[in-house]
Amino acid sequence: MAKMSLDDLRKLRDTKKTDIQRREAEGKEIQVIVGMGTCGIAAGAKVTLDAFLSALDDHKLVDSVLVRQTGCMGLCHSEPTVEVLVPGMPTVIYGRVDAACAREIVSKHLVGKALLDDHILDRPAADIMKG
Amino acid sequence: MAYNHFILTCGGTGCESNKGDEIYKSLIANAEKLGVKNQVQIVKTGCFGFCERGPIVKVLPEDSFYVDVKPEDAAEIIAEQIVKGREVPRLLYKGDAEKKSNTAVEDIEFYQKQVRVVLRNCGVINPENIDEYIAREGYLGLEKVLFQWTPEQTIEEMKVSGLRGRGGAGFPTWMKWDFARKAPGDVKYVICNADEGDPGAYMDRSTIEGDPHSVIEGMITAGKAIGSHQGFVYIRAEYPLAIERLKIAIRQAQEYGLLGKDILGSGFDFDIEIRLGAGAFVCGEETALIKSIEGNRGMPVPKPPFPANKGLWQKPTIINNVETLANVPVITNKGGAWLAKIGTEKSKGTKVFALTGKIKNSGLVEVPMGTTLREIIFEIGGGIKGGKKFKGVQTGGPSGGILTEALLDTPIDFDTLVKNGSMMGSGGMIVMDEDDCVVDVARFYMEFCVDESCGKCSPCRIGTSQLLAILDKIAGGNGTEADLEKLETIGKAMSKASLCALGQTAPNPTLSTVKNFREEYLEHIRDKKCRAGKCKKLVRFEINLDKCIGCGACSKKCPANCITQVEGTDKKRPPYRIDPEKCLKCGECFKACKFGAVAKV
Repeated sequence: MAKMSLDDLRKLRDTKKTDIQRREAEGKEIQVIVGMGTCGIAAGAKVTLDAFLSALDDHKLVDSVLVRQTGCMGLCHSEPTVEVLVPGMPTVIYGRVDAACAREIVSKHLVGKALLDDHILDRPAADIMKG
Repeated sequence: MAYNHFILTCGGTGCESNKGDEIYKSLIANAEKLGVKNQVQIVKTGCFGFCERGPIVKVLPEDSFYVDVKPEDAAEIIAEQIVKGREVPRLLYKGDAEKKSNTAVEDIEFYQKQVRVVLRNCGVINPENIDEYIAREGYLGLEKVLFQWTPEQTIEEMKVSGLRGRGGAGFPTWMKWDFARKAPGDVKYVICNADEGDPGAYMDRSTIEGDPHSVIEGMITAGKAIGSHQGFVYIRAEYPLAIERLKIAIRQAQEYGLLGKDILGSGFDFDIEIRLGAGAFVCGEETALIKSIEGNRGMPVPKPPFPANKGLWQKPTIINNVETLANVPVITNKGGAWLAKIGTEKSKGTKVFALTGKIKNSGLVEVPMGTTLREIIFEIGGGIKGGKKFKGVQTGGPSGGILTEALLDTPIDFDTLVKNGSMMGSGGMIVMDEDDCVVDVARFYMEFCVDESCGKCSPCRIGTSQLLAILDKIAGGNGTEADLEKLETIGKAMSKASLCALGQTAPNPTLSTVKNFREEYLEHIRDKKCRAGKCKKLVRFEINLDKCIGCGACSKKCPANCITQVEGTDKKRPPYRIDPEKCLKCGECFKACKFGAVAKV
């Protein structure tokens, strides 16, 4: 993209904002967000990410699921951490997601629409952007 | 088949021991009984952290937050909420004032104990995609800075916010910027100090890894405010992922025209370059950092002149820490008054702590200034691992001290920490339990300072070595009571006479432990005893022959092969014994024994 003017920046912000809202809307898209800070990677987040990709392949879900990466969520005691957004279900953060757990999330949560026992954590704080 | 309700029951140790498991089972039984098994999924989760009011049960999608739940409440939750769709008001968490009955989870004060201002985007956006930062109000504050405000107005907004430098000492950010703005000269510099060296601290690394653009936006803002056109990020080479993400972010900002010439058509030029440091602790000190960027050996020089007047290449320079800069876009976007509402009278905003050590929920914790240690350690951190007893918490790395149980309820900010012999420092927070020895901890930090002292000034170079020698003597059982006085005399001299903050603060861990844990030092000196069993020369491991069942678990773990079975007893599985000559005192056998037969004496 070429250099922006102030108007370009504002337009971009507005479209991206709607993009984010849209992708959270019903029926659009499933998202798997893997925490990939140094702490996450040290705890095996790369293995987790690979396990998600191969499990999505097995379930033929590659086209409907967006796998993203993000930084440290602050829950370092339960790395690797993964946030899962499925339309119509509550957004959930899972902790200690190893390869086996990643496969379980795909088959149970993404396909079976059920939450996993013993891996759910709470978001550390409210989002200041909403207020 | 899809569920329309989800019930989350807390499976943390606290709630579990309060009949959490019974609640879980009863919920399932009741769901079956009332024929709604297919509509609701009942899940056991990790600890919610709010153990004080446990057991906790949360129902989604309503987000009903039930506290102090008892097994007999399960029937009502299922019958009311799942079958009829009504919440159970009597179980809902109510605020202290009982104002709201239907509290959204995010309104609960307990969860407000964390306020993520600096970490607002960490774990939310993809750090390698500038669009996601922009979508979350990124570069919105910069619009005002470039097009609406004069530099004076920007600095005024910083003043209103009350932001103080998060690098440790807490100097008012606006004042630093104001000095640099008023300093004469056309060439000025902005430096982001990302040389994070405290043992146990990693908040700067995580901030850059998770949200590099907030630091970039902070730097452009600072540049505009003081009239600088060039910024440097000084970051240690040990942080490859942070460096990589920062490079990507800088490139994307340049492509978008947010860095470089004529930013967004405002006529203002500013660009950022990365400078890698070799990871010397002293290079976090601003004058040493400047020497390092200039290509010289990183050694501090006396102040004044301050960098704001004569800094990098003798030009006016401001050096702000990563966390300070990440606060800036929030201030310009939401206004200084917004940030000033958070925190204590003299310390505004939040502070990120890296909570590590013997703590259950280690991680990055961002809390308003004025939060107590008890809230951080026991409520957010979930308390001490393995049910051990809390002993102390080390804050501020080698520049800080150890705070004791008596100080748990002190609201922490820059000033209270200093008053109690510690320091904010970068915000490392290492929790210690009864198995940690204060002499050993003081030795660890002093060893670190001996290694990291640049050697330029004698109070620091000689002082740290002398303090370490005395601590070694005490740990070895050869200390005298006069040594405690020596520690204090040398420590105080160092804090007065050292050239930079490394030497001035290096004695802090030692001085604070001598003050707060004098008894334990005396035990080492008089009784030749280390109650935590950490000082190797004072500890001996022995196997109680009566308690030993002869399983051999200890012998398998022993790296020195000094644990052997006692021959000639009539027991079927003869007990083991440790050869004191060969024993390395590593404690592996102590940890391995399930029967308490290995004793530290």
